[in-house]
Amino acid sequence: MSKGVLAIAEQVEGVFRKVTYEALSEGRRIADHLGSELTALVLGADVENISKELKPYGPDRIVVADSPALVEFLTDAYTNVIYDFIHQETPEVIILGASTQGKDVSARLSARLNAPLAMDCVAIRFEDNRLIASRYMYGGKILADVELDGTPKILAFRPNALDITNADGAGTLQNFDVDTGTTALQFIDKRLDTDKKEITEADTVVSGGRGMGGPDFSVIEALAELLDGAVGASRSAVDEGWRPSSDQVGQTGKVVSPNLYIACGISGAIQHFAGMSSSKVVVAINKDPEAPIFAKADYGIEGDLFEIVPLVTEEIRKLKG
Amino acid sequence: MEILVCIKRAPDTSENEIEVNRDGTDIERDDLVYSVNEWDNYAVEEAIQIRDKMGGSVTVVTVGDEDDEEVIRREMAMGADHGILLSDETFKGSDGRGISAILKAEVEKKNYDLILTGAQADDGAGQVGGILAAMLDWPYASLVNFIDVIDDKKIKVGREIAGGNQEMHEIDLPCVLSIQTGINEPRYVGIRGIRKVASLEIPVHTAGDLGIAPESVGESGARTKRLDYFVPELGEGAEILEGSTEEIIDKLLEFLKAKGGIK
Repeated sequence: MSKGVLAIAEQVEGVFRKVTYEALSEGRRIADHLGSELTALVLGADVENISKELKPYGPDRIVVADSPALVEFLTDAYTNVIYDFIHQETPEVIILGASTQGKDVSARLSARLNAPLAMDCVAIRFEDNRLIASRYMYGGKILADVELDGTPKILAFRPNALDITNADGAGTLQNFDVDTGTTALQFIDKRLDTDKKEITEADTVVSGGRGMGGPDFSVIEALAELLDGAVGASRSAVDEGWRPSSDQVGQTGKVVSPNLYIACGISGAIQHFAGMSSSKVVVAINKDPEAPIFAKADYGIEGDLFEIVPLVTEEIRKLKG
Repeated sequence: MEILVCIKRAPDTSENEIEVNRDGTDIERDDLVYSVNEWDNYAVEEAIQIRDKMGGSVTVVTVGDEDDEEVIRREMAMGADHGILLSDETFKGSDGRGISAILKAEVEKKNYDLILTGAQADDGAGQVGGILAAMLDWPYASLVNFIDVIDDKKIKVGREIAGGNQEMHEIDLPCVLSIQTGINEPRYVGIRGIRKVASLEIPVHTAGDLGIAPESVGESGARTKRLDYFVPELGEGAEILEGSTEEIIDKLLEFLKAKGGIK
């Protein structure tokens, strides 16, 4: 008999990613609906200490799989451990963030468990006993509802799609014996630019396009930094070589859903909308009053971004004291 | 090195208006322009480059029907040596697991060293590579943006990870990799190249050829079932802020404060 909701936490270098809190908050809501328990599973090396940070988000239990072998994320090792835990606990619903890690793990779990998977979904609902998930397709132009048939149901949520809420839960800590099994992956090294914010998780994204005119993004970097946000770029800015392809927002780049998206000098090709149309508030700054971006924005400013953006930055700085 | 690249024909959503059909069960497909899923071109280009360096051959494969032959031909015009179409009535309506099961059956017919897929497609969920690898019990790396073949037993790959960072792994062959855009510059395919492969016979493998139980794939095997399609609501367009620069910026800040953009 399947029971309970399992939320899989994600941490990098001992810091929980925002998707963890999102998965726990939604996991709590689902567990309440089902009248069952919420368990958080934390994997890593020396993660027992940070695991209690999850308590305010409502887990009944926090299970810690702690092992030096889990210091770096390796898909097969992580999946083996999670699989063992699922095998033992038989949860009804498994929830995690559709981050780079989460996408790998959820696809692998779906195959191993022969389980239905809603990848990169943005919302779920129950209709009688059916669990239905909604996800974007075709560059965000279509929303599709899918039903998950069978258990365990795996929900991989798009980052920033869920509200984070605090909830009461016992948060009892438990340990889980780790057996990573064999792994055919060997970690070599990691190039980390730790100052850089993950764009899909940022609350604010400030993006520049062709209107930047060159690789100098300092005006939008300053605004992004002040708002504790990330810097994005349109495809043309990436194609010009002004920004790395990992900064690209759009259909063939990242899909972002921040609270606030500021598009600077971006005309708004459909390819770009596909990457930012689920943002909560969109501000567009463009010289061209006919730019298509204005049709998709909430607020538009017709003007020179090199004049407007520094003034906005200065005013916000004053406001923040 | 024997390389298999899994490709897919997808509607070109950036150039097309997409509408939902009358029953809300699919998109209106009649007037759509299709092409190779953009990510797959990077995967095929990478496969060709590895073959040119190491020897061996590149095979492209897709699950679909006769309409999908065009994408196989296109990738063969790019330089792939072989193309295979996996087609059967019972394949229709497969979810990601179904597609992966069909591909797995094809992979097992030959001794491939390396399987590449595009990292995602516009009409998919970016899951087939991972599921296929798990079904084969082969190692897997996603969002690969660098490949260096060490020898015929091991390769070194770079993966894009959060924050635009990269991490490097060594992986034992055979393995499955999902390829991220930007790993290379896919070559241009001219009309002459397409003509050269236009009359090639593309072998078709059916469920029977592959030894696939019909109920395990297609709609009957799907555990993630598509129900309805909607067009998401769009905003009404921007409120253009007017006045002097100072006034515009004041207004903007008021809005941002009210909407929680500035805390």
